[in-house]
Amino acid sequence: MTLAPETTDLKVQLHLDDDWFTVCDLSRLLPGRGVAALLPDGRQVALFRDRGGELYAIDNRDPFGGAAVLSRGLTGSDQGRPFVASPLLKQRFDLQSGQCLDDETVRVTTYAVRVG
Amino acid sequence: MTATPGTTPTIVLVGHGMVGQRFLEALAERGLTATHRVVVLCEEPRPAYDRVALTSYFSGKTPEDLSMTDMAFIEKEGIELHVGDPAETIDRDARKVTSRSGLVVDYDVLVLATGSYPFVPPVPNKDAEGCFVYRTIDDLLAIEEYAKSRATTGAVVGGGLLGLEAAGALKGLGLTSHIVEFAPRLMPVQVDEGGGAALLRTIEEMGLAVHTGVGTQEILVGEDGAVTGMKLSDGSELATDLVVFSAGVRPRDQLARDCGLTVGERGGITVDEQCRTVADPHVFAIGECALAADGRVYGLVAPGYEQAETAAATIAKDESAFTGADLSTKLKLLGVDVASFGDAHGTAEDCLDVVYSDSRSGLYKKLVIGRDGTLLGGILVGDADAYGTLKAFTGSVPPVSPESLVLPAGAGESVQLGPSALPDEAVICSCHNVTKGAIRGAVTDHQCTTVPEVKKCTKAGTGCGSCVKVLGQLVTAELEAGGVEVDKGLCACFSQTREELYEIVLALRINTYQDLLDRYGREDARGGDGCDVCKPAVASIIASLAPTIGASGYVLDGEQAALQETNDHFLANLQKNGSYSVVPRIAGGEITPEGLIVIGEIARDFGLYTKITGGQRIDMFGARVEQLPLIWTRLVDAGFESGHAYGKSLRTVKSCVGQTWCRYGVQDSVRMAIDLELRYRGLRSPHKLKSAVSGCARECAEAQSKDFGVIATSNGWNLYVGGNGGATPRHADLLAQDLSDAELIRLIDRFLMFYIRTADRLERTSTWLERIPGGLDHVRDVVVEDSLGICEELESLMTAHVAHYRDEWAETINDPEKLARFVSFVNAPDTPDPVVGFVPERDQIKPDLPLLSIGMRPTHDVLEGSAQR
Repeated sequence: MTLAPETTDLKVQLHLDDDWFTVCDLSRLLPGRGVAALLPDGRQVALFRDRGGELYAIDNRDPFGGAAVLSRGLTGSDQGRPFVASPLLKQRFDLQSGQCLDDETVRVTTYAVRVG
Repeated sequence: MTATPGTTPTIVLVGHGMVGQRFLEALAERGLTATHRVVVLCEEPRPAYDRVALTSYFSGKTPEDLSMTDMAFIEKEGIELHVGDPAETIDRDARKVTSRSGLVVDYDVLVLATGSYPFVPPVPNKDAEGCFVYRTIDDLLAIEEYAKSRATTGAVVGGGLLGLEAAGALKGLGLTSHIVEFAPRLMPVQVDEGGGAALLRTIEEMGLAVHTGVGTQEILVGEDGAVTGMKLSDGSELATDLVVFSAGVRPRDQLARDCGLTVGERGGITVDEQCRTVADPHVFAIGECALAADGRVYGLVAPGYEQAETAAATIAKDESAFTGADLSTKLKLLGVDVASFGDAHGTAEDCLDVVYSDSRSGLYKKLVIGRDGTLLGGILVGDADAYGTLKAFTGSVPPVSPESLVLPAGAGESVQLGPSALPDEAVICSCHNVTKGAIRGAVTDHQCTTVPEVKKCTKAGTGCGSCVKVLGQLVTAELEAGGVEVDKGLCACFSQTREELYEIVLALRINTYQDLLDRYGREDARGGDGCDVCKPAVASIIASLAPTIGASGYVLDGEQAALQETNDHFLANLQKNGSYSVVPRIAGGEITPEGLIVIGEIARDFGLYTKITGGQRIDMFGARVEQLPLIWTRLVDAGFESGHAYGKSLRTVKSCVGQTWCRYGVQDSVRMAIDLELRYRGLRSPHKLKSAVSGCARECAEAQSKDFGVIATSNGWNLYVGGNGGATPRHADLLAQDLSDAELIRLIDRFLMFYIRTADRLERTSTWLERIPGGLDHVRDVVVEDSLGICEELESLMTAHVAHYRDEWAETINDPEKLARFVSFVNAPDTPDPVVGFVPERDQIKPDLPLLSIGMRPTHDVLEGSAQR
């Protein structure tokens, strides 16, 4: 894949404790696929980019199975709501709210994300 | 002690078994728990449990798992439940019950649900140490304790339903087990001679010794008074350390006798159609202790439930009656299906039998047919799948010939009767007694459009759940009949089926998912992100057709990478803790000592857990995502390639050693297996594909359980298709015989491409073959006779696949941009995922599962050594 030169310098940043934490180049995010990032305090975040270029960030840990694998799930949209399906047992999580779409009692943490 | 009666009327239930509990639920449903004080006296130390499933204790169920009593329900309904405190006397004049503890309760309504007791034949020493009955959890615990400390052999007296259950329990305890049955066959009540013979063979094959046609004359005891054996009526002796009496049950009616209630000649408290005792309008009897109005004592739970409902309805002043029940049963005894329904023994005048019997596979099916063709009843042993349909047809003339109903699938004349052929009065859900008419009504009159809605509306399918499949077919048929269009689309993004999408992709040479979604997706899905159902399905179609439609044959290229399931995306199999397993191809299961050493060295160097798979290869578990390219590099350097264990694609072609070594082999099965595996490797399909080649009819490679299996003959090869192991085993069907090498390969090319073209997403060849109209005959017409004129195209599609195959692992390790995806963290590529940990087990590793529940390790050291980039 050839990277467009104008995007190589753009950085993906997460909002943590009143500050923006730089994670990686925007070019590392493939539309429709996720990556995992490690935060300074040991938490893990799953970052996604959708077809329209929107970015999303949620906790990487699957709350059902416990493994940190949500970044490896398939994404999609359900009635306009972007989601990722866990690669373990396929429960879907709303990428904007962190709400599990298959179990209303479960929600994962979300993070504000921007291109800086 | 006297319980003070309040102003509210009191219902006293004596006995808290399965039927008693159902009675309490029926009271609550009718609001009677709110208007009445309800007192329950229960003899056993635990509230109602699933007595029918008692034997499942030996497959790991605990007494708690067997419980049928929700204590929250008892509390919420204000029921006073006294366990371990049986009723001892009833004073009908004063309307008082006294319990063993001295509790005295005044009643307005008394319900007896005391069940039954095991019948122990009056043989000498029947009460010796080591003699047991099999009825309660306590019986079972006592047997278990005795068996563990003092017995290696056990015998069950009685070869009926409960006897076989008990024998299964003894076997589960590791005892050498005998069954002694007085009648000339097992389960004499339910099955006839032929059925008993089929059952006998299967049960003997399990290692149980069966002695039929002999009675027990005496229990032999040693000097310590404990059981040492049994003396049988034929004069022989059977050495055993333990005896379980399971020779039937008798109604427990002593309490009723003592207070002067009427009981039947052979026991049972006599009740009318409302389950009220004939002697006292204030007293009811339900379940196994009751002698019903039709003169029978019912020993099955379903009629007991009906009686419980009837008694509750009568108390609520609703009209209800129990006039008798169907004795049809379907059971799984020691893993064998046994079912009987209607007039199973053919007692009606002039009736005729239709029998299918296959002793080799333990199958026996008998239908009893009336002179006019009416189905009167039947017996099924070994395979009772047709029970639901046949039972529903009982009493009517089935729309097809009876022979075709008992022949096994694939035997030419066999007919699968769909539920649409059933009459409206046919009972679909036996648990809740819901007829086909009621289900149709839910769709037509109550506007239910989905199975969950119909379940909620009718309660059908909410009991044991065995009718849910039929329910789905009925709902779809009814909706279609009503002109409602049933959406058969793949998902919320596409209104087409997988087959239709395949045709679109092939005909229009569409080679990206986005293009397909934007042009052929549902209106509101176009331009969107798709979903986790259609993305991998379309990715599979594009991959199968890649060379023909001009797409890349490498599944991680461009857009295709975003469509793959996680396993395909990482070219490895995700395990529960987030690590992966790696399986290199070992075509045909043939591997050199050097190859074995390389795999061993790699597994050792990376600390992987190794296991031999069912497909004759080696699986290495516990690889971290960032280790995958390093492992592949070592494997590829040694000449290995991806085994596609992660893909919906060809897995392995298993083989026996064949003619080369084996004294019986008639063809070179290893060579053929390798040829086939290398030909079809990497072929993406609707579901995984498994294959095998056997070198002779002894079938050591188990080819008949594969999607396509090949068995050598002295003239060539026989090709079988549509086999499956797993949860729903299916023997493969013979597609063609005595093929040459070239003919065999040509036929498999066509078969696989036709399957890939027409199957649904995640549909194995076995279900596909049963679903597509015309079944095996149609597939044979298409791929052997070329009835659709598409064989040339099918072959050229396969030729293109074979010509363009490349190893995905090699491709990936040579592509730096792809390699960058195989990191634990995008911002800390060398830091291992702290949740992936391992602990030792049997000299290897296993996932550290507690780590998953903790979620994270202490945070201070995790960023060590990582660089921001």
